[in-house]
Amino acid sequence: MAKFQLTVNGQRKEVNADPTTPLLWVLREDLKMTGTKYGCGVSACGACTVHVDGVATRSCMLPISLLGDRPITTIEAMANDRVGRVVQDAWVEKDVVQCGYCQSGQIMSAVALLKETPRPTETQIEESMGGNLCRCATYVRIREAVQLASQRLK
Amino acid sequence: MSAATKRSKDHGINRRSFLHASVTAAGGLLVSLYFNRASAQEGASAAQGPPKINYPPDAFVEIRPDGKIVIQVNRLEFGQGVQTALPMVLADEMDADWASVVPQLAQAKDIYKDPVFGIQMVGGSGSIAHSFQQYRELGAKTRAMLLSAAAKNWNVGADTLRTEPSVVIGPGGKRATYAELAKAATAMPVPANVRLKNPSEFRYIGKRTPRLDSRAKCDGSIKFGLDFDQPGMLTAVVAHPPMFGAKVRGFDDADARRVEGVREIFQISLPRGSGIAVVADKFWTAKQARDRLKIDWDTTEIAKEDTTALWAKYRQLAGTKGLSALARGDESALDKIASANRIVAEYEFPYLAHTPMEPLNTTIRFDGDRAEAWVGSQFQTCDQMAIAQTLGLKAEQVLFHTEMAGGGFGRRAVPDSHVQREAAEIAKKLRGTTVKLIWTREDDVRGGFYRPMFFHRVEIGVGTDGMPAAWRHVVVGQSIMEGTPFAMMMKDGIDPTVAEGITDTQYNLANFNVSIHQPKVNVPVLWWRSVGNTHTAYVMETLIEELAERTKMDPIAYRRKLLKPDAKKLRAALDLMEAKSAAWRQKLPKGHAVGFALHESFDTGVAVAVDVSIVNKRPKVHGATVAVHCGLAANPLTVESQFQAGSGFGLSQLMAKGAITLKDGLVEQRNFHEFVPPYIMDAPVAVDVHIVPSTDPPTGCGEPPVPVISPAVANALSKLTGKRYRSLPLVEI
Repeated sequence: MAKFQLTVNGQRKEVNADPTTPLLWVLREDLKMTGTKYGCGVSACGACTVHVDGVATRSCMLPISLLGDRPITTIEAMANDRVGRVVQDAWVEKDVVQCGYCQSGQIMSAVALLKETPRPTETQIEESMGGNLCRCATYVRIREAVQLASQRLK
Repeated sequence: MSAATKRSKDHGINRRSFLHASVTAAGGLLVSLYFNRASAQEGASAAQGPPKINYPPDAFVEIRPDGKIVIQVNRLEFGQGVQTALPMVLADEMDADWASVVPQLAQAKDIYKDPVFGIQMVGGSGSIAHSFQQYRELGAKTRAMLLSAAAKNWNVGADTLRTEPSVVIGPGGKRATYAELAKAATAMPVPANVRLKNPSEFRYIGKRTPRLDSRAKCDGSIKFGLDFDQPGMLTAVVAHPPMFGAKVRGFDDADARRVEGVREIFQISLPRGSGIAVVADKFWTAKQARDRLKIDWDTTEIAKEDTTALWAKYRQLAGTKGLSALARGDESALDKIASANRIVAEYEFPYLAHTPMEPLNTTIRFDGDRAEAWVGSQFQTCDQMAIAQTLGLKAEQVLFHTEMAGGGFGRRAVPDSHVQREAAEIAKKLRGTTVKLIWTREDDVRGGFYRPMFFHRVEIGVGTDGMPAAWRHVVVGQSIMEGTPFAMMMKDGIDPTVAEGITDTQYNLANFNVSIHQPKVNVPVLWWRSVGNTHTAYVMETLIEELAERTKMDPIAYRRKLLKPDAKKLRAALDLMEAKSAAWRQKLPKGHAVGFALHESFDTGVAVAVDVSIVNKRPKVHGATVAVHCGLAANPLTVESQFQAGSGFGLSQLMAKGAITLKDGLVEQRNFHEFVPPYIMDAPVAVDVHIVPSTDPPTGCGEPPVPVISPAVANALSKLTGKRYRSLPLVEI
């Protein structure tokens, strides 16, 4: 066990955890922020996607000891994020979700994409969202919601 | 499940037969077919629905002082949209203000049992089909009681009153809100009969209504079963047998116990074999400790299955006649047809895992004389009973909360409730502590309960008119029901889910014989979204398209000609699909082809046309037009969404790494890098869904999207490559 200082959604947090613990489980169990999901534990499904230094990152294989002081942003902060809010609204308007379990990760990937590329092509959408598995396969509406959010981000 | 609704008709059991759960002396859960004699005596036809129960509105509706209307949903929400649709149905008849409606997933209680199945569950695409009438009546009764209360207050006749959303309006413009009347209304008698609205009066039913859980599922606030937390709660993982049924011979946990935060490590018995439970303060601690266990597994007594060997065995079996599932006409007619006019086709379908996004989990607290459980459960009655039995309690001593679930596709509808039994074994040892059992994704992928492997051998004799003149069909695959309480639904040893979709085909097939072999294999199997239709629709619809091609007929016209005259739903769906896809089919880009499929399952008729090309050696579905006949669509937006996404889900079968295989008794896949479901680039780019207008009773929409998409894509691929695709998954094209 060791103490770690984290910056999560702009707030300083201190946790006491095994250095090998992936960020995902620190968020979920130590900080009680369960919006970030466990889906596979091997960076294959994207349900655990957060932003580390603004970059969409799989948190399930990122040991807390390797984070340093890089800021972390999670789904819980998206309602107060300029792009995040637009993306969430587009998701709701397009009635994207079904079971909803993967959607935190989908939205985090979409926000990262649109911050980097406000007008993505179909190919760019497929590439950026291509690591986020939705077992319900709500992809038709995910595409539509990303495009709707893109139109609204002026 | 599909069997419960569909096969009951074929086997001459009244549709109102329903499952009746009780505990046998041996302590096992008995789910038996229960024939409702009272209603049978009415001489009613099979179409009249389940027996009447006078459901008390107060168990389903709560009107709070702030005007919020809390509606209990009697089945699991795991993506299918029932948490929105059933409240819509109730609120419509109640004339409730939709903005005030708050849905809640009901706890396990008798009153929340499925009106048709007789146990609390969701399956067989029955959410709306089974509870539509029930929720309408509940809404209408609640409204009637509110009217009675207002009539009494105002000393006027109830017939002088009307309602607007959440308000009763009386003579002279008197108004009282539902919240103001709620307390008085509870004292009013529950009417036995109520008038239901005409469809023209519906406010919500039939209107595209956004899901109520969208926002909470987009901002991370919604709590799934895996998110459940309580102060002092511990987390458990289990080292499961590497082969199905293996037992712990001995184990060394010295290394594991050195992991800081580990609380308990102990051996537990499992429904199949045994395992080692590791209980710790957190998941990561528990998992690390599990990784450090040294376990000596006893595998001497168990069959070590190997899918390559199974294929050889299945192929051989398919060359012989099995148990007769259907015999129509003259079986020898086929042998009289010249071999040049015969098609012989053999198909292979692998084991498939469900892999719902939320890994399996169950949380239980055992306090000696009572227990509390939090489960994303498709079978509340069974799961509650299993926990109670394991803990030595009665079912009613287990307070059972239904948690939001992250997908299921059948995996949370397990007759032996093995995950709940496992969690209860652990909770028993940690009396007074809440323990959450988590299955890792590896536990899930390697944990069995797959869609069974199937092998089909079909021989078709083609008549001079190009239509099938004789059809002999042999299906080989494990029974899902055998050895479970659902075996009560088998007749003459036949599991009706094995060949469903063939035996009840809506095509008019002469000299039609279907037989099945149900080999016993040491791999637990389970229903996978749309059950038997996953493979049977693929076989039927690829063969029908092949027959149409052979006789140079338009595949839509060929299907129309072959359909039974009374295949009303499929005819309507086919017509609508043809009309809606005509424009894009006429201007297909070079390198694209169209494929079709048509299939009825769960009483819903579906027709699809897909636009496919080959990109990077894989099928790319540029678009799909789906037409659906599902009776009255309670929420057309949900129906559209189910068919769009369900098309993507159905393509799981075609994915290059879309199979579970076994070698020397071990499952070869571990996680999503080896068992790969469709990602965004693998799914259809666009799906336009068209609903046949209807006021018929609503039928299922959860499963019917799945069967049609993969044969349609395979049919298009065949046009592009000239090859037939009879072995899934499509490792290469």
